[in-house]
Amino acid sequence: MKELALMDENGKRSDGRGIDELRSIKITVGVVKNADGSAYIEFGKNKIIVAVYGPREVHPKHMALPDRCVLRCRYHMSPFSTDTRKNPAPSRREVEISKVMRESLEPSLILSDYPRAVIDVFVEVLQADGGSRCAGINAASVALADAGINMRDLVSACAAGRLSENIVLDINDLEDKEGDADMPVAYLPNLEQVTLLQLDGKITTAQFSECLEKAISGCKLVYEIQKEALMKKYFGNEMELKEEA
Amino acid sequence: MSSSKRSTVIVEQLRKQQMLEALSRGKRLDGRDFESYRNFEIEVGIIDKASGSAKVKLGNTEVIAGVKVETGEPFEGLENKGALIMSAEVLPTASAHVEPGPPDEDAIELSRVVDRGVRESEMLDLDKLVLIPGKIVYTVFVDCSIINTDGNLLDATSYAVVAALLTSKFPIYEIKDEQVVDTGKTMPPPITTMPISITAVRIGESVLLDPTTEEEACMDARITMTTQSDGNIVAVQKGFTGPFSVNQIVQFSEIARIKGEEMRSKIKELN
Repeated sequence: MKELALMDENGKRSDGRGIDELRSIKITVGVVKNADGSAYIEFGKNKIIVAVYGPREVHPKHMALPDRCVLRCRYHMSPFSTDTRKNPAPSRREVEISKVMRESLEPSLILSDYPRAVIDVFVEVLQADGGSRCAGINAASVALADAGINMRDLVSACAAGRLSENIVLDINDLEDKEGDADMPVAYLPNLEQVTLLQLDGKITTAQFSECLEKAISGCKLVYEIQKEALMKKYFGNEMELKEEA
Repeated sequence: MSSSKRSTVIVEQLRKQQMLEALSRGKRLDGRDFESYRNFEIEVGIIDKASGSAKVKLGNTEVIAGVKVETGEPFEGLENKGALIMSAEVLPTASAHVEPGPPDEDAIELSRVVDRGVRESEMLDLDKLVLIPGKIVYTVFVDCSIINTDGNLLDATSYAVVAALLTSKFPIYEIKDEQVVDTGKTMPPPITTMPISITAVRIGESVLLDPTTEEEACMDARITMTTQSDGNIVAVQKGFTGPFSVNQIVQFSEIARIKGEEMRSKIKELN
C-alpha cells in the first residue's frame, strides 16, 4: 500500500515528478534590506529566507579566533511553517541542523581572510516541506556570495533517497516521512567535494553509491540555478541586453 | 528586571542636527510631512500551511504573520471562550543589532501591544470558538516574524496580524464520541471589527507618525493608539523615557482615529 502511494506503475511520484526530477526552485538575491547579504529560496513548497551579517566584530569577544573568522549559523523554523504549530523555542533538531549547515558551508569560505571577526548566517524557514536543510544551504551559500565573502566555491545541496526499489532525487515531505531512506548531500561543484552527508533509513552499499551519485547530480542542477540568481542581481541588465541582441 | 539601556542605533550628531533642522521647517529627512505614512504594501495567503498569513511592508520594515488553528483546553476563568495566543519574534535577519535568543522586553512589549488591540476590540468573537464548553475550544495562534526592521514595528505587525486573521480560513472541528474530528472543511473566522494601531514619536516638540529607525533613535517618547471600526479606542501604549503633554495626547487621539480609518479601508480591500 505504502509504495503504491509514493510511486505509481508509470514511475510517477506522489507529486507527479519522475525519478530524476527536482521540485521547482526559485532563488532571489538581496531580499533583506538591512543584511550584508541575503537570499530567498522557494524549493518545492519550502520558503526560506537567509540573511548574512558580517564579517563583523565578535560578541562575546572571547569567541574570536586569532587566525580566522568565526562562522555562526542559526537554522530556525517560524511557528507557522509546519502543519501543526511549531514552538518558537529552538528544538534539538534545529540545533543539529544549524551545526551541520555551518559545517557544510565552512569549507567553501576563506575564513583566514577575516581573522578575529564573525560571519552570522541566519536561516529562517517560513514554510517547511521536506529538504529544508538542503534548501537552506543553497540559499545560505548564495547569501554569503551576495555579502561579498571570499569563497572557494558555492555550496549546492540536494537530497536523494530510496522509495522501495527506486533511488529517487529530491525527497519531498511525504517521501521523507513514508519513504525508506533520505540522504541529504551538500557539494562543492567545482572542487568536487562533499560537505554534508546524512542518511536516515535502510539502504544497501550498492544503493548507497547510487544514491550519493544521484544526490550529487541534483546538486549540479541546483548550482546552475544559484549561479543564475547571482548573475541576475549583479549582471541583470547586461543579461537582458544579451537576450535582446 | 528592566533596566535603562543605551540606544543600539546611534545617529551621528550631524545627521541629528539635520533632522532637527528639517523638523523645525515641518519636514522629515525622507521628505514626508509629520502625518504621512511610508509606502505600505500587503500580501496575503503567502504560507499555504497556515490558516491565514500576511506579509506587510511599511517602508523597509517587513513583517510576516501566520495564523494556526488547533484545539485545546480553554484558559482558566475563560472556560466558554476560544483561546487566542499571539507571539512576535524579531528575527536576527532583521538588523545587525538583533541577537538570536528568547524575545527581549521590546519584542514582548510589541507582541503584547498588538495582542491587546486584537483582544480588547474582540476582533475575533471567541464565544463562537467553543467545542465543549469548559473542556475543548479552538486555540488560535497568531505568530509574527519580523524579517527586516526600519522603525514602527508596532504598526507593521498590527496590520500583518489583522490582515492575516481577516483573510484566514479556520478549519471546522466537530466532536464525535467526545473526540475532536477535523472535518476537512473550513469557515471564515468570526470577525467583528478591525483594530488598527497608529504610532507616533515625539522629537522635541514635533510629533511624527510612522517613525523610521533613525527617527526612533532620536525620539524622546513614543505613543501607540489602537482604534476599532467604530472609532472607539481599544488600546494605548506610551513608550520610551520621555513624557507627552496632555494636549499632545488629546491631539494624537484624534489623528489616530482619522489615520486609523484610512488604514482600515486599505486593509479592508483585501477581503
